[in-house]
Amino acid sequence: MSATPTTPSSTEPSSVLTPDVVIVGAGPAGLRAASELAGQLPGQVLVLEREREAGGIPRHSDHPGYGMRDLGRFVTGPKYARLLREKAQDAGATILTEAMATDWAGPRSLMVTSPQGRLRVDARSVVLATGARERPRAARSIPGDRAHGIYTTGTLQNVVHLKHGTVGKRAVVVGAELVSWSAVLTLKHAGCETALMTTSYPQSESYWLFHRPGRMVFGTQVATRTRVTRIIGRPRVQAVEIEHLDTGRRRLVECDTVVLTGDWIPDNELARAAGLPLDPGSLGPLVDTALRTDRPGVFAIGNALHPVDTADIAALDGAAVAEHVRGYLDGRRPAPDSVRLQAEAPFRWVAPGILRAGDPAPPRKRLLLWTDEHVAAPRVVLVQDGRVVARKRVPWPAAPGRVFRVPSDVLDHVDPRGGTVTVGLDR
Amino acid sequence: MTTAPSTGAASSGAAAAPTYDVVVLGAGIVGSAIARTLAGYRLSVALVDARDDVGEGTSKANTAILHTGFDAKPGSLESRMVHEGYHLLGDYAAATGIPVERVGAILVAWDAEQLGNLPGLQEKAVANGYPHTEIVAADEVYRQLPHIGPGALGGLTVPGESIICTWTTNFALATDAVRRGATLLLGHRCTGVTVENETTVLHTEGGDLRTRWVVNAAGLGADLVDQHFGYDRFHVTPRRGELLVFDKQARPLVDKIVLPVPSAVGKGVLISPTVYGNVMLGPTAEDLTDRTDTGSSESGLAFLREKGQRLMPRLLEEEVTATYAGLRAATEFSDYVIEVDTDQRYLLAGGIRSTGLTSGMAVAEHVAGLLADTGALELQPRDDLPDPPRMPNIGEAGLRPYQDAARIAADPAYGRIVCFCERVTAGEIRDTFAATIPPTTLEGLRRRTRVQNGRCQGFYCGAEVAELFATRGAGVPEGQVQR
Repeated sequence: MSATPTTPSSTEPSSVLTPDVVIVGAGPAGLRAASELAGQLPGQVLVLEREREAGGIPRHSDHPGYGMRDLGRFVTGPKYARLLREKAQDAGATILTEAMATDWAGPRSLMVTSPQGRLRVDARSVVLATGARERPRAARSIPGDRAHGIYTTGTLQNVVHLKHGTVGKRAVVVGAELVSWSAVLTLKHAGCETALMTTSYPQSESYWLFHRPGRMVFGTQVATRTRVTRIIGRPRVQAVEIEHLDTGRRRLVECDTVVLTGDWIPDNELARAAGLPLDPGSLGPLVDTALRTDRPGVFAIGNALHPVDTADIAALDGAAVAEHVRGYLDGRRPAPDSVRLQAEAPFRWVAPGILRAGDPAPPRKRLLLWTDEHVAAPRVVLVQDGRVVARKRVPWPAAPGRVFRVPSDVLDHVDPRGGTVTVGLDR
Repeated sequence: MTTAPSTGAASSGAAAAPTYDVVVLGAGIVGSAIARTLAGYRLSVALVDARDDVGEGTSKANTAILHTGFDAKPGSLESRMVHEGYHLLGDYAAATGIPVERVGAILVAWDAEQLGNLPGLQEKAVANGYPHTEIVAADEVYRQLPHIGPGALGGLTVPGESIICTWTTNFALATDAVRRGATLLLGHRCTGVTVENETTVLHTEGGDLRTRWVVNAAGLGADLVDQHFGYDRFHVTPRRGELLVFDKQARPLVDKIVLPVPSAVGKGVLISPTVYGNVMLGPTAEDLTDRTDTGSSESGLAFLREKGQRLMPRLLEEEVTATYAGLRAATEFSDYVIEVDTDQRYLLAGGIRSTGLTSGMAVAEHVAGLLADTGALELQPRDDLPDPPRMPNIGEAGLRPYQDAARIAADPAYGRIVCFCERVTAGEIRDTFAATIPPTTLEGLRRRTRVQNGRCQGFYCGAEVAELFATRGAGVPEGQVQR
């Protein structure tokens, strides 16, 4: 076989699709948006999914805990993914799998590679539902040997649940948030014990609900205020070196598997390629409460905006965006006046990040925030032009590693013609 | 793994145990280039490497720059080889499809001493046969490199400096050598040498090899092989160079190679775009004793971050996609050591540092010339040479399979993107297993296709790629859609 193509090359698309809406990403957010939009529009609702199967991350998480807020019951990840897929298909949406949007060909036009051909999709509206991924080792600057046996939760669950592969016998899990416990469950399923979880925070970040049973069931220790400073072992991991952040003391923990969990970054490649402004804290595209990006007719939803909230919250973004997309296609345009919402320490980001005059509340009437500190009884304060415009006591804690949700009525007294609004804590 | 010679130039005694005319030890860029050149003559050649793939040593992780040789030591062998190799490899890249981008470089001066060194560097460039540099003022430096940090005082432009794919270069040269009839023997670490009257026996982990001549291009192991021939000429110190590779989203920040100006306080680090569309920062220089330690160090990463902060602060806001640590074969000599021992029918091509990427093909010509000069080996050109191989394009400047509508229409496997970050298709992965030199490890597959070299480092495709590797792409039929 020759390594060269026998046919002459061509960059012209083999066909052009013209849906009303193209949704990029068939995870919970994209599928839910598709099921709400399909049948409601004269034209096609097309969902592009680059993986072999629609459903997104829940497909890999073979344990219950999905769907409470949107379906009203707990199901497993794969079942949740299937239900969302079926609903979208039943509604009449077209889901194209193994189809990756690689570049923009116009303001609402995408180039797509799929086994069906190199396509151009000229849509009237685009919804970005591209999700988020965990930072791998290099992006976390963890030095040491180039060893086998290092995974992110995503890779691990792919190997174990989708490919039925094996991992090692003794793992160190970096992180102690919700997704970290999901990794522990997956490791257990694969016959690998979790020797230790490490977190830089002074306490485990996950819900106590997961945390205490986790400790009881798995006997897993959580080393708080620590970080991994080195990975040792060739060709396979033999140990990690961890450092206590307060004392600087380092010690070795033997293991043959390392799972790097959390530390999310949105898949923002298309958003950046379009030149859409990003939130500097989340690195997701900036949107207003109607989930509009800076480019008319282009919307963004799900964990691409808030990396990461639970799958059902992402799906509810998809439910919320449908009305705004229809409004855009009907010719409705947003008010020009807007203010920027800006996170202030200990918050890293707030989503949505823009409030426009006359706009509806954000999905679920919640602002979503990410905190770098654990705050047991947070009182949220919004300040605009030197004036406190809202002060609200929230009856749940702000905890690192999961989204902190704040009722959006704190925006009621924001002046959409005023200056930037900071969202911080009163302490 | 053995690839049988396809031309019958070998004058073997028994079919099972041939006697080669030349064995080249080391299938890095230099060794592969030498084997390719020698296989262009009526000689039986074996290209032998200790590891299980070609280019597993110093050749796989360098700064991937096609050098003009402007800063070499004038009059040195290195200067001449780099100067000649620059043109030879440039032409060869065009013929074979090795990704090259002619981006040009600027040496940026950050203090008075460095600024004062620029005229001398310009003269040196002329002495090295490169007259096209230009000294530019700070405003011109910032015009060409708008994102470098504050404080640049001026610069020297070197428009000919280019970026190249070091992996494809190595595969092209080795593939060419094999297609010309050279025998590739991997996993044959040389453990000893017995020099006899007419022939030499190389003892290797893969068995004994009999040959008339031996060319030592063993890179990091060259001094050890040299000792087997009774020499103590030089010592290789593995010098680790760590590199940070930044996300493709950083690529618009820098469109040229940003080089440091050599000064008394030591060598700085460079920032360079890569042919894969990333941006690279490095390398560090740390002498080691372990010739296999390609891990990364806490101090190395901290050093690079500190340097990067000064050079291009905006770059450090981007995600790091990968950290690479390559080993260079540093010796006590400042120049290449290429010497013939006619009595032992032995040639050493040692002390070849990172410039070997550029100079390899010129070194090969030089080596052939030295061998011919001995009079002991007759170099008769062959008139039946195959065309140079056409390599799969893994560079961003050329058309990649996922972008090629006609190619996807003809074979849907090129429309099935497996690695989303690097946009590598199932068709490309499948093709590697049918290539002249197929991958034997996942690392080897990565170097041939870029698979898993991207920002997610396998978050999405890790399991999928592992499966394709395990089945050697067998699940990807040609000409039909894989479901």
